[in-house]
Amino acid sequence: MKLVFEKSVQGRVGHEVAPSDVPTSIHLKEEFLRDDDPALPELSELDVVRHYTELSRANFGVDTNFYPLGSCTMKYNPKMAERIAAMPGFSDIHPLLPQLRGGGMLTQGALEVIYDMDIALREICGMAAFTMQPMAGAHGELTGIMMMAAYHRAKGNKKKTILVPDSAHGTNPASAAIAGYTVKVVPSDDEGLMCLEVLKDMVDDETAGLMLTCPNTLGLFNPHVKEICDIIHSVDGLAYYDGANLNAIVGKVRPGDMGFDIVHLNLHKTFATPHGGGGPGAGPVGVCERLVEFLPVSIVVKRDDGTYALEYDRPNSIGYIAPFYGNFGIVLRAYAYILMCGKEGLPRIAENAVLNANYIKEKLKPYFEIAVDKVCKHECVFSASKQNEHDVHGMDIAKGLIDEGYHPPTMYFPLIVKEALMVEPTETESKETIDGFIEAMIRIAKKAEAEPDELTKAPLTTAVGRLDETKAAKELNLADVG
Amino acid sequence: MPFISNTDQQQQQMLEAIGLTMDDLFADIPDELKIKNLELERGLTEQELQVRLQALSGKNSTHLTYFLGGGFYDHFIPAAIPALAGRSEFYTAYTPYQPEISQGTLQAIYEFQSMICRLTGMEVSNASMYDGGTAMYEAMMMALRKTRRNKVIIDDSVNPIYRVMIHSYTQNLNIELDETKHSDGRANRDAILEQLDKETGAVILQNPNFFGCIDDFTDIAEAAHEKGALLIMCCYPTSLGILKTPGSMGADIVVGEGQCLGLPLSFGGPYLGVLATTRKLMRKMPGRIAAETTDGEGNRGYVLTLQAREQHIRRDKATSNICSNEALCALQASIYMSLLGKKGLKDIANLCADKASYAFDRLTAVPGVKARWGKNWFYNEFVIDLPTDATDVVSKLIEKGIAAGFPLSRYYEGMDNALLIAVTEKRTKQEISTLADALEAIL
Repeated sequence: MKLVFEKSVQGRVGHEVAPSDVPTSIHLKEEFLRDDDPALPELSELDVVRHYTELSRANFGVDTNFYPLGSCTMKYNPKMAERIAAMPGFSDIHPLLPQLRGGGMLTQGALEVIYDMDIALREICGMAAFTMQPMAGAHGELTGIMMMAAYHRAKGNKKKTILVPDSAHGTNPASAAIAGYTVKVVPSDDEGLMCLEVLKDMVDDETAGLMLTCPNTLGLFNPHVKEICDIIHSVDGLAYYDGANLNAIVGKVRPGDMGFDIVHLNLHKTFATPHGGGGPGAGPVGVCERLVEFLPVSIVVKRDDGTYALEYDRPNSIGYIAPFYGNFGIVLRAYAYILMCGKEGLPRIAENAVLNANYIKEKLKPYFEIAVDKVCKHECVFSASKQNEHDVHGMDIAKGLIDEGYHPPTMYFPLIVKEALMVEPTETESKETIDGFIEAMIRIAKKAEAEPDELTKAPLTTAVGRLDETKAAKELNLADVG
Repeated sequence: MPFISNTDQQQQQMLEAIGLTMDDLFADIPDELKIKNLELERGLTEQELQVRLQALSGKNSTHLTYFLGGGFYDHFIPAAIPALAGRSEFYTAYTPYQPEISQGTLQAIYEFQSMICRLTGMEVSNASMYDGGTAMYEAMMMALRKTRRNKVIIDDSVNPIYRVMIHSYTQNLNIELDETKHSDGRANRDAILEQLDKETGAVILQNPNFFGCIDDFTDIAEAAHEKGALLIMCCYPTSLGILKTPGSMGADIVVGEGQCLGLPLSFGGPYLGVLATTRKLMRKMPGRIAAETTDGEGNRGYVLTLQAREQHIRRDKATSNICSNEALCALQASIYMSLLGKKGLKDIANLCADKASYAFDRLTAVPGVKARWGKNWFYNEFVIDLPTDATDVVSKLIEKGIAAGFPLSRYYEGMDNALLIAVTEKRTKQEISTLADALEAIL
């Protein structure tokens, strides 16, 4: 495909700027002006529309293809949420407005959304309060760890380490390290769960906390999760719940009841906001009662007269982690989703997510090696080790699936499984779709035995074939600067 | 609930096929932990939801005339942007780890990176950060990693919202943040040059700064480089239609808030952070980066690259914990820049400057109102001094449907009467006159 710059024709205009109704006054000092115009493309509106439409057609999205992408949770995104986010009453309000005296009354609807979302998430997660500010799950992790640090600082605790299981999402150790902690890795046992005995040995006075995903990245719920939290609490450590996999248990069990002190949620995973090709997301963080004082400012409060206001005067707050109230447009979409699901809908999310995953696991078990053969939650992890015998790798299976019309599973993660293929069907997909996927996987397994060479050439149905990533990293052509 | 496809009957068929009951699937959760009752409403139908949220959105005012900026602006958004970014192949797609089926997102990112470079005069850009403030924090960390130093100089004319964010993020880290106090509305050269030493890792400045004042930081960049420090410059992308680029001033890292490039204000987000730098520093750059390459047939294509710096490979040794970007927002910004193009962005920038200049003349002619600093030093935002408390004045004007500006006392001591006024291309001569008249009437 041509680059947008290569389609540029001198003199074309895609958007005419409104005529000026004020006198032109060149008041800016010459020394401050650039001597050339920015070399942006020159295109008509139609050129631009065709270009981006063409680009869109080179993408798989959930609306076009099944996305069984483990741990990333790519489910259907209801259209209603987009309509709501586009309502001018939500999209056209300036975030500084409620910070002006009298401006708060002009943003009551938006403040109510944030307030109500907090209340709903408290109930869903069993926490005392939430902040909507973190702009992604990983940002939520950092916020959570910063609150953990503030808690220990306030108590005069000298804590240096954070424990993270070896099956954890990579963002966990990264967030802990970036917040200034040393990371220690807790190994998994043969069953794919955190080793309790090893954990007990590793916990000491320097332990600031533990970051845990439950169910973990193998899709396994740890029945000893409460005990794990108790062990951490015994040294005044805090238990952090990585809520990336909450959709497996939503409406069934709450992180707060399991003993966690801090929780982050990836709204797109559990509450169906679009992933957007990499963002924007939103990563609200919930805390237990003793951490509420450390939440970032501002906080939306409801006054006695029923109106909503922003509160800043919180001396122990960790401060601002976002310029305003987080990715409000995303929080709003998730809020709409929660309202549509309601109390009966949330447990159905977990039930269908878990049923779909176990169905795939059982059906594909004869064809692919399974990492841990137990009832799983929302995702199941296979290994391509059987296919390796024919010199077919996880990558080849993934690319073969593309030719079958499916987005590949997550590959080579979790790191503790050799040639991992992590499948997460999600709750929104139907039995028909899942049966189709299973059949495609079986065809690939048979092909891996019969014609392994064919599979290593895949994909053959896409605009480009397998791309040379080594060349990309070596030549590093990161921009066309004209 | 219409998002769950399986019927009860299908669920039953599936359970039978695997020989389990629904209870079996949740048997690993201890009974005492299971939720007994969820205190939520019943689920709403789509129609009910629309009615409820329409009413909620109606509680927010959409009839204000905005002279309120502070880094976030009420610019016009061409219709093609939401139409194209709303294509579900973009908005329901995943991070482009599988390049063969993500060329749309990948090429769009590569083009975004290219446009940001062309706009800022830098050599490389990433695929975007969460927002301008987090971009500034990441740029600071990047500079400190590169220089292996821990001292940062930041002028207080840099957006105070970003400065308070940086203070939050560095609480547990061993970083010395030295704030210089602006002088005449611009970065305090004397104080910065005096504080610069061999321990300084980064100097952070903004152009146009929070007060709307413009500057040329070439001399500060040179001085910083002489001491082995890096210059981080925060910019306002729209202004680069006409203003001298950070690249030409010698900036090492450029950050900025991309909201002005075709994104709605949306009560604070989602926005996008811009982060661009030099080739020398590209391996230290956090976040997603797309690169050009070829497939086996020699066809050109795009992939994510330099992933070895990232959390999913380096875990606790990663350059940043960020595992994504604001891809859809970057796409909106790219479409905006494509539509406006070379001429349009310059036209918008000139229009903003002209209208701000007109507003400046009109407002400073109101008896009692004074210009705080010089006229030829600002772009689309400027500071006036009122004869009385600016917070009171803004509060009175809000009742008249005008968001008159941002009272600076919220972040700056001793500036109780100072009001920051922003003017975009959307403000008409009539609206500016209405503001001036309303101001005159209440003073």
